Amino acid sequence: MLAKRIIPCLDIRDGRTVKGTNFVNLRDAGDPVELGRLYSQQGADELVFLDITATHEGRKTFTELVERIAAEISIPFTVGGGIHEIHDVERLLRAGADKVSVNSAAIRNPQLIDDIAKNFGSQVCVTAIDGKLTPAGWRCFLNGGRIETELDMFEWAKEASDRGAGEILFTSMDHDGVKQGFANDALARMYDLVPIPVIASGGAGTKEHFLDAFTSGKADAALAASVFHFGEIGIPDLKSYLDSKGIPVRL
Amino acid sequence: MSIAILKYNAGNIRSVSHALERLGAEGIITDDEKLLRSADKVIFPGVGEAETTMQYLRSHGLDTILKSLTQPVLGICLGQQLMCRHSEEGDADCLGIFDVPVVRFQPEAWQDKVPHMGWNTITDCKGPLFKEFSKPEFVYFVHSFYVPVCEFTAATTEYIVPFSASLHKDNFYATQFHPEKSGSVGERILKNFLEL
Repeated sequence: MLAKRIIPCLDIRDGRTVKGTNFVNLRDAGDPVELGRLYSQQGADELVFLDITATHEGRKTFTELVERIAAEISIPFTVGGGIHEIHDVERLLRAGADKVSVNSAAIRNPQLIDDIAKNFGSQVCVTAIDGKLTPAGWRCFLNGGRIETELDMFEWAKEASDRGAGEILFTSMDHDGVKQGFANDALARMYDLVPIPVIASGGAGTKEHFLDAFTSGKADAALAASVFHFGEIGIPDLKSYLDSKGIPVRL
Repeated sequence: MSIAILKYNAGNIRSVSHALERLGAEGIITDDEKLLRSADKVIFPGVGEAETTMQYLRSHGLDTILKSLTQPVLGICLGQQLMCRHSEEGDADCLGIFDVPVVRFQPEAWQDKVPHMGWNTITDCKGPLFKEFSKPEFVYFVHSFYVPVCEFTAATTEYIVPFSASLHKDNFYATQFHPEKSGSVGERILKNFLEL
């Protein structure tokens, strides 16, 4: 049976992980490769590396990092951040990434999704959506949630899927960082709307939250950062919990 | 031991050579006939579209070479599909090493998403690639087309229908999943192939 996926997300600046971790058994917790390898050994199903560097030099460092990840880690990984055009995608795939995640650039230029799908296949193209429930309904936000748009989140998800996106990575900004659970109602609506996998992001605080995302939220995968980085939830423990609740996971 | 990885217009061929390096082996990415014929092992990786890739193989004479190899050959993903007779993807005539068709997944319910992507289990594992496999193991898949269960099936996976996760005939081996992206289980399979 196809397993529900657990995906740790690492924020990278200038080639180093941004948020601290309290893994005492790591030689260098700031090294994304070391942390990625640890997660892989613990049973993470995929990894996401998000480049939050703004500078040109930082991009180069990130590309070199992607090459190291590809050489050393034996599970699929997605890279995102700083992808503006098809050449960025090509550069990162050539460095060894399995998938790329596009966000603001795809909203500004939706054709980017068509181009990625046509040139490299839909499976490569993860469309990340930062959404927030406003008085006017769920809206898409740009630039890491700093700029509100008029774009309806569900309409955009549908369009992205129609254009050839392979997966939707949906982050609820209201839930992100609050650790009170994922946006399950919106997730379930997203699942019913698009014929591609939906990755839940934002809100993980407990193991039960993951269970809820997979059951009432119907998510195909769940992504989290700090609960893993700070050891609040161990991946082996989370997976055996989900298994005991009847969720198909890779053990 | 020399391992040749077939060079052609496919994506992510390097992920296979990286996986070999992690096993302490080294693969040479090549389309040179002499190197392909003299290698101890040949790996035919693949991410791409069937008809376009077959056209490329034919125009470079690689189809004839592949079919006539006598050392152990491992086809991965599109590699497995192209080793079959025909693919529905682009209505492509393929290499015909395995005399079976490749067909597209037909969703039967909303949750049947195509491509089949992610970790799924392999069962009924037979043959040397799966030496010492005693229970269902998870491996990583990304594909929209599949080989039905047939006389060459060496491992089975269930997604919408049961299909061939692996094929074997004589010196030809193939996996629909990506051993190079399947963590420690994938490493065991690659290691078994290298030890043939």
